[in-house]
Amino acid sequence: MIYQDSRTLLAVRDLRATVNGIEILKGMDLTVKSGEVHAIMGPNGSGKSTFSKVLAGHPAYEVSGGEAQFEGRNLLELSPEARARAGVFLGFQYPIEIPGVANSQFLRLAYNTVQTERGKDELDPLEFDDFVREKMKLLEMNPDFLDRSVNEGFSGGEKKRNEILQMALLEPKLAILDETDSGLDIDALRIVAGGVNQLANKDNAIVLVTHYQRLLNYIVPDFVHVMEAGRIVKTGGKELAFELEARGYDWVGAEAKASARVSP
Amino acid sequence: MNTAATTSYLDSLLQGQPPASPLTWLNQLRANAVDRVGALTVPTTRDEDWRFTDISPLTKLSFQPAQGVPPLAAATIERWAIPEAAARLVFVDGIYAPEHSFNRAGLTVENLASGMSRHSAAVQANLGRHAGFERNAFAALNTAFLHDGALIVAPRGMALAAPVHLLFIATRKHAASYPRCLVIAESGSAVTVIEDFVALQDEAYFTNAVTEMALAGNAQVHHVRVQRDGAEAFHFANCAVSLAQSSRYHSVSVALGARISRHNLAALLAAEGAECSIDGLALIGGQQLADSHTLIDHAMPQGVSRQLHKCIVDGAARAVFNGNIMVRAGAQRTDSSQSSRNLLLSAKARVDTKPQLEIFADDVKCAHGATVGQLDVDEVFYLKSRGLSDTAARNLLTYAFGAEVIERIPVASLRNRLEQAVLAQTQAAAPGAAGKS
Repeated sequence: MIYQDSRTLLAVRDLRATVNGIEILKGMDLTVKSGEVHAIMGPNGSGKSTFSKVLAGHPAYEVSGGEAQFEGRNLLELSPEARARAGVFLGFQYPIEIPGVANSQFLRLAYNTVQTERGKDELDPLEFDDFVREKMKLLEMNPDFLDRSVNEGFSGGEKKRNEILQMALLEPKLAILDETDSGLDIDALRIVAGGVNQLANKDNAIVLVTHYQRLLNYIVPDFVHVMEAGRIVKTGGKELAFELEARGYDWVGAEAKASARVSP
Repeated sequence: MNTAATTSYLDSLLQGQPPASPLTWLNQLRANAVDRVGALTVPTTRDEDWRFTDISPLTKLSFQPAQGVPPLAAATIERWAIPEAAARLVFVDGIYAPEHSFNRAGLTVENLASGMSRHSAAVQANLGRHAGFERNAFAALNTAFLHDGALIVAPRGMALAAPVHLLFIATRKHAASYPRCLVIAESGSAVTVIEDFVALQDEAYFTNAVTEMALAGNAQVHHVRVQRDGAEAFHFANCAVSLAQSSRYHSVSVALGARISRHNLAALLAAEGAECSIDGLALIGGQQLADSHTLIDHAMPQGVSRQLHKCIVDGAARAVFNGNIMVRAGAQRTDSSQSSRNLLLSAKARVDTKPQLEIFADDVKCAHGATVGQLDVDEVFYLKSRGLSDTAARNLLTYAFGAEVIERIPVASLRNRLEQAVLAQTQAAAPGAAGKS
């Protein structure tokens, strides 16, 4: 939701990034204020996932130009863990399976690390167990998932719920959810979206990266951006998503090219 | 190094043999072993079986068997206590320490030296029959020194859930110890044996162990071997297991300590329907070398074998794994799988892994694979994206890699303690670790 007294959380200017020497982001601009929900849409290969990974600090991507400020700090100078501790959260498109690490152990380690950073007390295993079980109810998750290895053998929907569970525990200021709707059936989609909606408030912001409009029926965006070839080519309100659903992406690209030709 | 010099090194180790026994067959066995020691030489990297394992540092030092047991406080022993254990035999520098040992297991668990006379027929039928020493200098040396050790006899049909703990404590610099363990599992019996090698000092010593296990029909043995020797120790071990019809042998070996360690494990599936699982973990760093050679010999039909061997190597350490699976002609419907997975944590770390399948039957299912790698970049990033420091992320992943083997140990207290040890060791491997749990 758009608030009058909102603060700028994320300010991205002309951001460029390469992977294996190939430029994927070619001048990305985006401003996200507290309380807002943004959707970044676009065809495959437009750079949506790259953008989210660059913001989280994935080592495979090299920033070749531009800037990204998070609460006035240079985000790009921070290590991935420092970004997480500062309040940036990436919900992975393909959450990583980690055999041998119990989900409860991982969640508690992450939670306590971020709590310590915020000057709050850590929870011991028993306290944490109570705490995390409450959070799991939000996502209708079976507590058995605490005892299993991180994401190992989880279905697509279970992995995504586990991602949103991490978001619920870490309480980020900026959550970037990369294709959180992919691989979800309609029930799982409803549950995951419901969880995200409950976590959204006027002090945090959510960036949804998605290919389809479907998710936006459940999480209503304030802004919809269309990416193509590494930059945002069109921005609108939630109605833009319906138009994309009806007409596809091609017309946006054509329009952008036309306007580029007429501009000086 | 010339042959004469290495021969005389083995001869020098023969000093201080145990006194003659009233058992003539035992004296004969020792004498045969002494003969073989005289004929054999210390293996060098020119021997195919020792190609990657240079044990020449051993030959630069001299070792003598300890005479007499230094008194140890009960509290000293308790740090290694396994609460679940129904019986414990403690050996200090290879010498049996009855004051620290107990047996509530309701089956024979006693010092081999005294048990040999009481169970002479069964012992004579098995001792030295499974672990051959014709061509193995270390097994020959151990046999030449046959005296103290563990004798475990699980009688027919008796299943003991609680483990038997064999604790070998090294206390003295330059001591040589020759522990011997014989496990006789009669038909339908079940027993869990933990061999646990620990140290109270970090100077060089020499442990040369031989373990033999004979499983009768439908018997089951869980065998846990923990080698957490001192930093300068030399540890050599030969273990030979013989499986009769439908018997099951499950082994988990963990190597954490010693400067140079070599563990040979041979399982002979000598009758139909025998099953074994042989899992191993080596977690080493610094200048350590840990070598594990296994042989799973499918001699008869319908055998099943499973093997997972993992090495985590840091610093300039070196791990060696040679896993031989033999499927003999006639061993039809053998089902075997082997996996060797290795994690290198530093640029100087090294692993030599050699899965070796020799199949002479045509109706078999055999799978094997080997991987050598570093920590997965995406796994590390995933953990860091949740706020974990680089070190904490790497430690957790390294721990998880090793935990897969440790989790297979069927004794909870030992499992927990080893998981803590692995966690501590992975954190110690990375100075400035900021990991919190």
